[in-house]
Amino acid sequence: MTDKKRKTIKWAEEPKIGFAEAIYLPAIVEGLKTTLRHAFEPRKTKQYPEEKPDLPLNYRGLHRLNRDDEGRVKCVACYLCQTACPANCITIVAAQPPSDDPHWAGRDKFPASFEIDELRCIYCGMCEEACPVDAIELTSIYDLTGMSRDEMIFDKEKLLSVFDKTVGGDKDPIRTHHGALGPASEIDLRTAQVAPPPPGHGRPG
Amino acid sequence: MSMADLWPLLTAIAIVMMIVPTIGLYMTFVERKVAALVQDRLGPNRVGPLGLFQAIADAIKIMLKEQVTPAQAQKVLFMTAPGIGLVASLMAIAVVPFGPVPTDQPAGVFRFMIAPGVDIGLLFLLAVSSLSAYGIILGGWASNNKYSMYGAIRSCAQFISYEVPLGLSILGIVAYSGTLSIEGIVASQSAGILHWNIWWQPLAAIIFFTSALAETNRLPFDLPECEQELVGGFHTEYSGIKFVLFFLAEYTHVVTVSFLVALLFLGGWHFPGVPSPAVGLTGSAILSMLILVIKVMMVVFFILMLRWTLPRFRFDQLMGLAWKGLIPLAMANLLGVVIVLSLGGSRWIMLPVSIALFVAGGYASALSFERAGRPVPPRPSTHLIKQGVA
Ligand code: SF4
Ligand code: SF4
Repeated sequence: MTDKKRKTIKWAEEPKIGFAEAIYLPAIVEGLKTTLRHAFEPRKTKQYPEEKPDLPLNYRGLHRLNRDDEGRVKCVACYLCQTACPANCITIVAAQPPSDDPHWAGRDKFPASFEIDELRCIYCGMCEEACPVDAIELTSIYDLTGMSRDEMIFDKEKLLSVFDKTVGGDKDPIRTHHGALGPASEIDLRTAQVAPPPPGHGRPG
Repeated sequence: MSMADLWPLLTAIAIVMMIVPTIGLYMTFVERKVAALVQDRLGPNRVGPLGLFQAIADAIKIMLKEQVTPAQAQKVLFMTAPGIGLVASLMAIAVVPFGPVPTDQPAGVFRFMIAPGVDIGLLFLLAVSSLSAYGIILGGWASNNKYSMYGAIRSCAQFISYEVPLGLSILGIVAYSGTLSIEGIVASQSAGILHWNIWWQPLAAIIFFTSALAETNRLPFDLPECEQELVGGFHTEYSGIKFVLFFLAEYTHVVTVSFLVALLFLGGWHFPGVPSPAVGLTGSAILSMLILVIKVMMVVFFILMLRWTLPRFRFDQLMGLAWKGLIPLAMANLLGVVIVLSLGGSRWIMLPVSIALFVAGGYASALSFERAGRPVPPRPSTHLIKQGVA
């Protein structure tokens, strides 16, 4: 045994049993005092369905797919979130919008289908971090239920409806709340002028 | 016996048989509430006002549950064991008064007791309530499962050990009041609060309460069902209504024990200022019954609080407490009472004697701990280090 080892070993001594410990009563009185004190302390219970928790804005709950100013899905089907997802629960099918459709003016790619398996998701937020245009975000909706597994696979419409439901509320995810979005989402897609973001206007951090 | 003589008996039986299982059922609710109280929670509060119907919901749920009988079990005993336990603990209640029962009460009026005037009441009670160990032992053995068996064996050892101080501790009171009937013992405490047995027999009260707690298998003495070591102990294989019967038996036992503590040591239905009822169902009889029930409820609450206060004993500590602590103390206490009574001394001599015995017991125990720990054997490695071997 080396000197160093000998010094780091700590020998635990059994506590000494004296008169007070041998008659048990002081310990019992001490314990009863603790239990009685707790009996009269204020309750810590939250009456859940009536009393909702106050969640922080960066809570990672159900996803939403953001819309741009024209109400189109903001996602540009770049597959970054699908690639980043550690749980493999995002499935995207990209498509090219018809070039003569004024609705899709300035967009050359959009997700034809966008599915997230909410049962597989581990709510890590990697998709949100990966997205270059801030199209996907995690909201603070946590009470997610469904009657079947299929129902828990959220498609594009469902994810967009989550956006419609949550946008503008006081529980908007923190980044949209602050209005400071990622640099790529500031690009005016119609003129496709790639300009560097103004200094200090990027994503905080 | 004519019908007129029989009706008080039948009424008392009906009341006890209706009330006691209900109390057992509600004990689970109260236990959960007390647990919540101690742990800063609210406890069950969803079913009915204040959650009061929770016990009923639980009962309905558990009756509808599947009952599994393991293939390797001894079927007949497996089925009957919970019943035996429950019957034994219900039988014990027959001699426990649940309201005022004056010793000189005539037959043919309602009495708060199934079998009044049993001269060997306490003896019967001790004998029958220790029968409830059969339910546990048979259940554990018939399950044919090693954890159940260990639980049953532990329970067996525990019952045998704690029966002794349980019986010994109340002999002093029996010797003083000169009767084994519970009404008689309560009658001997009727003269006022200072005549309650706890004042001159505090040591007996502590020993009785501790051993009774061990007999009910409740924490800190719930070794037979200790989850960490034995899965569920003797009831590992039980499910559904059979499981409930075991727990009904346990809670009935708790209620009986609380009644006994209140009756034997806390003056029963007597309280200063409340007149002792002479006969039958009168206002003062009901008041006395309420006093007894309140005393019992306080003891029950204390038992429930203890559960959340004390950690479980180790098995050798459990045995040591009974054989090295409680039994010698109970013996010495009994000896003291007998000497004082036969020399015609005042029973108040027993108060300092009890305290002295308790202190002496604690001192002896501390001394034995010290002895056991004194010649600290050198730990092998330090020993070798000192000799420069390692
Ligand atoms: S939160 Fe994580 S697991 Fe869920 S979809 Fe996004 S990247 Fe995948
Ligand atoms: S990272 Fe963003 S833009 Fe790219 S596919 Fe995912 S959601 Fe769409």
